Order: sequence, then C-alpha cells, then structure tokens
Amino acid sequence: MTTRREFLSRSGMLVVGIAAAGSAPASVWIADQQGGQSRTAAAAGGPYPDPDYHQLDSWIVVREDNTATFFVGKTDLGQGTGTAFRQIMSDELDLPFDRTSCVMGSTDTTVDQGGSGGSDALQTDGYPMRRVAAEARRVLLGLAATRFNVPVDQLTVSAGVISMKSDPSKRITYGELIGGKRFNITLTGANVDATTGVAKLKPVRDLKMTGQSPQRYDIPAKVNGSLKWAVDVKLPGMLHARNVKPPVAGAKLVSVDESSVRGIPGFVKVITKGNYVAVVCEREEQAIRAARQLKANWEKPSGSPFPTSDDLFDYMRHATATSSAAPIVVGDPDAAFAGAAKVVEAKYDIPFQGHTAFGPAHAMADPSNDQLTIYSNDMKSYGLRNGIAQFLQVPRDRVRVVWMGGPQAFGRTAADDAGFEAAFLAKELGRPVRIQWMRPEETAWDTKGPAHACDMRGALDARGNLVAVDYRIRACDHNHLGYNEHDTVLIAQLAGMRKSTPNRGGVSMPSEMYGIANRRMAGDVVGLPMVWETPLRTGNLRDPNGPQVTFAAESFIDELAAAANADPVEFRLKLLSAGSNDDSGFKRARSIAVVQAAAKAFGWEARQAPNRSRAGDVLKGRGIAYAFRNQTVVAQIAEVEVNRTTGRVWVKRFVCAHDCGLVVNPEALRRTLECGTLHSLSRALREEARFDAEKMITVDWNSSPTLRHTDVPDAIEIVLVNGDPNPARDDLPHYGAGETVCKPTIAAVANAIFDATGVRLRRVPFTDARVLAALKSI
Amino acid sequence: MLFEPPRRETAAMSSITLKVNGTTRVVDVEPSTPLLYVLRNDLGLQGPRFGCGLGQCGACAVLIRNEAVRSCVRPVSASQNVEITTLEGLSHDGTLHPLQQAWIDEQVPQCGFCQNGQILTAIALLGKTPSPTDAQIREGMAGTLCRCMTYYRIQAAIKRAAKGMAAL
Repeated sequence: MTTRREFLSRSGMLVVGIAAAGSAPASVWIADQQGGQSRTAAAAGGPYPDPDYHQLDSWIVVREDNTATFFVGKTDLGQGTGTAFRQIMSDELDLPFDRTSCVMGSTDTTVDQGGSGGSDALQTDGYPMRRVAAEARRVLLGLAATRFNVPVDQLTVSAGVISMKSDPSKRITYGELIGGKRFNITLTGANVDATTGVAKLKPVRDLKMTGQSPQRYDIPAKVNGSLKWAVDVKLPGMLHARNVKPPVAGAKLVSVDESSVRGIPGFVKVITKGNYVAVVCEREEQAIRAARQLKANWEKPSGSPFPTSDDLFDYMRHATATSSAAPIVVGDPDAAFAGAAKVVEAKYDIPFQGHTAFGPAHAMADPSNDQLTIYSNDMKSYGLRNGIAQFLQVPRDRVRVVWMGGPQAFGRTAADDAGFEAAFLAKELGRPVRIQWMRPEETAWDTKGPAHACDMRGALDARGNLVAVDYRIRACDHNHLGYNEHDTVLIAQLAGMRKSTPNRGGVSMPSEMYGIANRRMAGDVVGLPMVWETPLRTGNLRDPNGPQVTFAAESFIDELAAAANADPVEFRLKLLSAGSNDDSGFKRARSIAVVQAAAKAFGWEARQAPNRSRAGDVLKGRGIAYAFRNQTVVAQIAEVEVNRTTGRVWVKRFVCAHDCGLVVNPEALRRTLECGTLHSLSRALREEARFDAEKMITVDWNSSPTLRHTDVPDAIEIVLVNGDPNPARDDLPHYGAGETVCKPTIAAVANAIFDATGVRLRRVPFTDARVLAALKSI
Repeated sequence: MLFEPPRRETAAMSSITLKVNGTTRVVDVEPSTPLLYVLRNDLGLQGPRFGCGLGQCGACAVLIRNEAVRSCVRPVSASQNVEITTLEGLSHDGTLHPLQQAWIDEQVPQCGFCQNGQILTAIALLGKTPSPTDAQIREGMAGTLCRCMTYYRIQAAIKRAAKGMAAL
C-alpha cells in the first residue's frame, strides 16, 4: 500500500512543480525532471519505499487543470521512448498528448519496470502502461456517471472531457473530477509487466496519437542547454573524486604515498580498499591532479592476464571451453555433408568492442540524513539501487537512485560501476561525492561486447541448394558481468568483495528463419587467463552477441550464395521460403517482407557477386544481410565504395527495411534505426579494443577510433514495413526496436566489400590497413 | 618523524576575470585550471561537458572569436579578455539560434550529450562557410564526435540551417 505520507510528499511536489511551469510540454517535462531532485529537499530524510505498482496512483496523476503526468519505470536513452509512452498512454486515457508529461526512472517516484534493456520498452512495458491508462479512463467515466447520475454508456469522452451523449452541454473534465485527488484504485497482476485494471485496451484503429510523430519532448532542452544531466548535479558540501586504476591488469596495491598529493590545494583524502584507490578533493581539477600525482606502489601479477589482441583468436580457438551451449541439431548434418556436391568453410573473427561512452562514467552520491541518494544516468536505476544497498549493507528503503540523462547507454556500461563507487565514497566520507572516470579509464575499463571466433561450414547440393550448415561459435564471455551486481562491479572486484564463482557468460546462435534441412549449431564460452580485476570485462552491448554472430552467419550465407552462383537476395528468399517454421509473430513471413522491401527500395537487380566491373581506383559493390531479434525483423543493404589505393571503405548508401509491428512514432523510430545502423557501421569499420599482454592500449579517441562525420553515407533510407499477414488487425503488437537494427550491418558491409572487390573480409573491423592488405593478397 | 611537504594553495589561487554570455564574472582559481571546470563548477553552466579532457571529442566546446574552442584543454588564465559564448548563450529573448532550431526541426539528438559541441562547431563552420558543400560539412565537423551516431541528421540540420540563414 502507498502510504498517505508518500502520496502527499509526491503529489504535493508535483502539483507545485507543474503549476509553476505552465502547460508547455517541454517546460513541464523539465519541471517534472527537476521535481525529482527538489523532492530531495522536500522529502529529506526518506525512507524511500517502493511505489506500489498495484496502485493506479503510482502510475498516473491528474491535475485540476486537466493535465496528467505518467510515472513509468523505464529510462529513455535518447530514442524517444518517453514520447512514445506519452502517445500510447494519452491514447488509452483519451487525454490530448500535449496535456501529458512523463516522469521516468527514479526509484522513489516510479514503479520498478526495470529501467531500460532488451529493446523491451514498448514490446513489454508498453502494455501495462496502456492498461493503467485505460483503467484511469474507466474510473473517470465511472466518476462522471455518478456525478451526472446516468449509466456510463450514456457518456462519451473526448480529449479529457466527459459529456452526456444526450446533452453535450453537460460536461466535466478529468481535472474537475479528480484533479489533486487520488484514484484509490487497486490493480492486479502477478508482476509489474502483468499490471492491469478492469478496462480493456483500445483496438489499434482507435489509437489516434499512436502512429503519429509528435516531436520528442526531450530535445529542446538538449539543444538549448537547459537540461540538467547527472553530470550537472551540485550539492552543498560536495567533494570530487577520481580513481587511480591498476596500471596493468591484475596489479596488487602494495602502498600509496599520501604525502605525494597532500600539498595539492583542496586535498581531502586518499581512500583505498584492497586494490581500489580513489583520491578526493574539494574541487574537480584538484582531484584530477591528485589522481595523476599520487605515488602508488603496485605489484605486477606473476602470469600474463591475457594474450595480445593480435593473438586473441588463435587463443580462443584453442582454449578449453568454460561452458558450452547444448548443440542444436536438425536433420542429419553429417550425412548431408558426406553427400554434398560442394562444401564451403570459413572462419570469422570479431574482436572485443567497447561501449566507449562519449562521456566517461560518473555519479553523485549524497549520504545526508543517514540515507543514500545516487544521481545517475544508469539505464537500470532500480538495479543500481538494489545493488548498492546490498554492497553497502544498507536497507533498500534508505537508498534511492534519481535517474537523469547522460551519455549513450546501450547495455551494461561503466555507469553501474561509477554509481557504486560514488555511494561507497560518500558513505566513507559522510559528504556528497561526485566521481567521474577519465577518458583513458572509460575506454580501457568499460565493459566490452565479447569477442567471437566463428567457424562455419556449409554443404551445397549439385543444384546449388544449401542442404546443411555446421556452425561452431565461440564467445570470449566467461565472467560476463550482469547489471549492477554487488559482487561483480569493478569496486567489488578490486576491493576483494567479489563473488567466488564467475558468471558463466553466454553464446548465441544466428537469428534467421532459413529453411535448412540439416543443421548443427554449437557454441562455447571461453575465458581469458585472468578472470577478475581485468579491464577485459564483458557485459551486454547493444544486442549482446547479435552483431558478432550475425556478421559471421550472414557473411557465410553470402559466401554460400557465391559458391552456388546465386544472387544473394534470391538465395536468401529461397531459404526463407523453404522454411515452414513460424511463430505467433509471423516472423518468417515478415522476414520475407523485409528482404523484399529492402531489395525493392534499393533497386536491387539480380546477379551473382562479385561485381565484374572493377575499373578505376574506386570499386563499387552492394551487400545485403538480414536478422531478427525477438519479433522484430530487419534487412539492410549497403552500397559501398572501396578505394583500392588507400583501402578506405565508404558506405555511400544504406537501405534498411524494418518491421517492428505497430509503430508508435515513425520519425523517432527512423532516427533510432539510422543511428543504430551507423553504430554498427562504426563497429564494422573502426572499433576494436586492443591490448598487449598486460594492459589495454586503446585508451582515447586516437588509439580507439570511432565513426566520424567524414564516414557518413550520402543516404540512409529507412523503409518501415508491416509484413503481418493481417496488417490492419486490432491487436497488432508493438514490438521492440533499437537493437535489431544493429545486427546485420557488419555483414551487409562485408558482403558489399566482397561484391566490390572480390575479397572476403572475415576479420572485424575493416580498417583501411586491413582492407588494403586483403586487396594486395589477391 | 613524519615529513609533510609544505601546502601550496596560498600561492596557487588567483583572481581571474571572464566574460561569459555577455556577463563579466570573477573567479578565484588556480590559473592553469582548464576553462571547462570553471564554467561548469564556478559559473554554473552546463552546456559545455567533459568528454575526454584531451581536446579530441568536442563535448566541451565554447565559442571564442567565432571559433569552437575546446575548453577542456584551455587554461582559464588564457581565456580572459575574450567573449566566451556557451550553448546557453546562443538564444536571445527566448529565440533560438537558427542552428538550434534546425536541430529541433530535424529531431537530431539521441542522448544529446555531444550536441553542445556539434552545434557550436556548426556555428563556427557556417561563420566561415555560410553555404557549405556536403564535403565541407563532413570535413568541418570531422573532429566532433557522436557515439549515438546522429551524424546523418546533424548534417541535415546544418544544411537546413544554412539554407534558412542564407534566405534571411
């Protein structure tokens, strides 16, 4: 149950905050966001019990001026999910979009929907949001029926105004009915995703805002400088901290010489715990200086923590697996290979690639009043709160996380680590502490997407049909970090507070709907010699494993198409049509639809690769790749130019056909898909976490290059496809978007390079030097 | 007996005068302090942000003499006697700079963390080259990074703004 005190402390602040801001959506949003902070002072002292997801009041507040705020337990990382939530919820509530606002992600004001992850914002969490909004509408209609003393079916509602069908002059607004008051409605559902009231959802045809593209409400404040980010939080008496990380992986701290920094103005303290070292000063530049100047004596580990990045794939192929996935076997692959007319084999290598957040990890923690408030951009604020409570052994209801904007977060970033570090230091010092990693720490020590070594075999019959595949995929993912785990975050590792058994990690198989009669797909997880206290920590990075495995699988399908003298699009369509498997999401039919839509939009003319015309220094080619993630399917075609004198690859044009079911905000979706495509293009062309035998050597933007303005295609064409067999159905689901699009890009580019040059690149990234070397090898 | 080196803060601090967004501000800091920390921590500005501290990414950009200057590597002592404009100082009387408006019209940002540097670098670019070609936009913006990869829309917004500003 929500206590009265909790409700008053919350709604009171909201009413004040919103009323002052007027009704302009952007300023309401800012007020709501900053309300999250000013409630710090108002509700000083805590405790901070969880908002109860079984109470309608936890989700929706309607004010007297007939505006409403939705409180949702997700975080918008810049893809516009907050705007989409407002669209679907205002549709179900029947209140105009511009009379709504959305508060997200702070643990004391919003129910725990897990924050972001898995591209599930609309696919999973959108449904309870729609249901609670529909329930609020039902309750308001009931209140109006009582007020007018008529049955509900004699009422109609439009734009937050309820009127009598027989006498439209009899009308009342939502705000007049319930403004400033509680709904006091108990919801049901076994978990937050199942939260529901009595009301039914509207059929798709009755959704008005859904499918439109209102501008994202978060953008003006990001453009005019008024947005307050997690990096901007200032508190009285705050201190600045910086870490001093081990100089080589696995180094043990022998001693620190505090006198080496004591003379720095504003110096407060050196704090060590095991191998964790932080310096704390009054001012930020002082802390940075102290971290650079601190004399620390480290002892190198006796063995080598990992092979060099150049030796990685050889190491991975020969390492003993730490765990293995049960092989997926279909048909009789051995017999099919034995009887094949042609067997094709290829090995693909994908290195570790970092999140490499644009702004290094950071957080502020405030220990005032015997509570802990952490200001963070962590996309899983609820997990951060739970993890910190466990780590510091503080009751959960004395910890809260105020979620704020921050640099891009596509999975398990070092924002997790920084949150724990800030909380630890604040508790130690009894003052608010802001910590921020420096660029070399971020690039070197951020979690990485696991490296992959993929060995693929395929069997063609005499007519060029693919009759069998045999895939063995190895992911270097032993001790994969979960989100906000109190015993795997970096400070827990360095401070000697880690768990005893590493996480097993995971390996994924290709996600395609091809009908291949005989398959064997096996996967292993391997580990590096040094498991703990190493910068080569793996964690989820935007569709974990997907871009890596899809690079191998969709490059290999292209190799098979070439071996079969077939057009790559026709070869795929034939494989898709050969399948009989499907699912509730009609994924096979929708896969065919996106491949066809991409080919049509591109103007694809059937021919086999490679392109026979290779005149001049700039060679041109095209490549397709396709994948799905959950129920979302995508096909991409890249048109590339390869400069044979420099090795430079430029993608001149992308076509991307994408089907995620019911689209809530097409323009926001288009941008998310454009950016996701370019993110994977960066991984295709530039990104690799490199290391020697004791430390990372990619530590800044020079040593760790990323895609730049100069790499941007002339055109990125997004085709939004609805390939559902019954596209206008009233229960068309809104599937996820964001990660699926990242899967096929690397393969599409590799396939286009092959088409242009006749050279197959099987090692990511396709740097100028690597491409040039490959061109010279033929 | 424990030896403690002498404390040096008395010699380190000095009074620095800055002109930021049309206002003169005086701060008492160590002169070699990068301008970025003074703008953020002493003057309460949040447009310029820390991205690398190495002058490699552009997150910390401010406008000085129509150049997008990287405040993370510029000492505050070298920033006196010039007009400094931050993202907050671009709009006047509630009217956004045409580039800011173009950023909204094109719905450019994802996370938005880099957009300070993108917008200020674009202003400097259009200041020198009011009607840039696609190649000039790519080259002019090449040193300003975005990890959400909003580059495609940034370039569209620059073109849109250049067209609009030329029509004025």
